[in-house]
Amino acid sequence: MAVASSGTAVVTLPTNTQILITRDFDAPRHLVYKAWTTPELIKRWWSGDRGEVTIAELDLRVGGSWRYVMTANGGFEVAFHGEYREIVPNERVVSTEIYEGAPEGVAIVTHTFTEQAGRTTLTILMELPSQQTRDAVIDSGMEGGLQEALDHLEQVAISLV
Amino acid sequence: MPIWVYNADMARAATTADAFNAVAEPRRRQILDVLSSGERPVNDLVKLVGLAQPLVSKHLRVLREVGLVDVRDQGRQRMYSINGQPLKPIHDWVKNYERSWSRRFDRLDVVLEELKQIEEEDNGSGK
Repeated sequence: MAVASSGTAVVTLPTNTQILITRDFDAPRHLVYKAWTTPELIKRWWSGDRGEVTIAELDLRVGGSWRYVMTANGGFEVAFHGEYREIVPNERVVSTEIYEGAPEGVAIVTHTFTEQAGRTTLTILMELPSQQTRDAVIDSGMEGGLQEALDHLEQVAISLV
Repeated sequence: MPIWVYNADMARAATTADAFNAVAEPRRRQILDVLSSGERPVNDLVKLVGLAQPLVSKHLRVLREVGLVDVRDQGRQRMYSINGQPLKPIHDWVKNYERSWSRRFDRLDVVLEELKQIEEEDNGSGK
C-alpha cells in the first residue's frame, strides 16, 4: 500500500550528549503509541529498510525490560535492550537503551507523544553518557562515519582551491 | 586558516581545530545563533551572550580559526559574521542518521494507516 509520508524526521543535537528526533504522524496518538509498543507491530517498522526484526519483546511496566533484535541485510544481528523507567500510557515512555554491541553506553531515552487535531508529534530525546558515545550513535547512521564526512569536506574544499 | 588546510586525521585530535569541536562548546553555539541573524560588533555579542568581553573574544578567535566566523573592519568597529560552510560535514553526518530514522518512520506510517482503517471499521460496525 502506498502511503504518503506524513512528515520528515528531524534530528538535532541540543547538547554534546543528546540527540533529539522529532516526527509528525497523520494518526491520533493512541494509535502511534500502540504501534510503538505492540510486538507484532514493532516487527513491521523498527528495522526500517536495514533488515528484518526477529525479536520484539517488551514488558511494558516500570522496571520491566524490552529487547529488539534485527537481522540486518548483511546477515549480522543487531540487538538492543533496556528497562522502562517511566510510563504514562499514550503520552510518555522513559527507558534505558543499550546497544548490545557496545553495552557500556547506556542511553536514557524519553519518548513523548503529543496530539493536535488528530495528528501526533513524537519526540525522542536520547541522553548518552558522553559525547563520544553520542557521536558513535550518529555514526551508526553513516557508512564510514564522521571521518568520511571530514574526508568528503576536504575533497570538496580541494576542488574549490 | 581555512578549514580545508587541516589534515582530517589530525582534526579530531586537537581540542578546537575543527568545526565539530568548535561547536561542541555551548557558548560558541550561542554566539553562532546570535550571528545567524546578521553581523554584529563584539559589544553586541557581549550583551546578548552575557559573557565578559575577553571570553567572547576568545570564543570568536576559535570560531574564526575554523572558518565559522568572518570579521571585517567597519570604521572603528570590527564586525563579525557567520560562515556556514564548515558546518556542512556536521549537517551531512546528522542527515545520514536522520535518513535511517525516516525509513523506519515511513514504515510506521503504513502500520498507522492500517490501524486507522481498522478503528474506522470498528466504529462503523457500531462497536
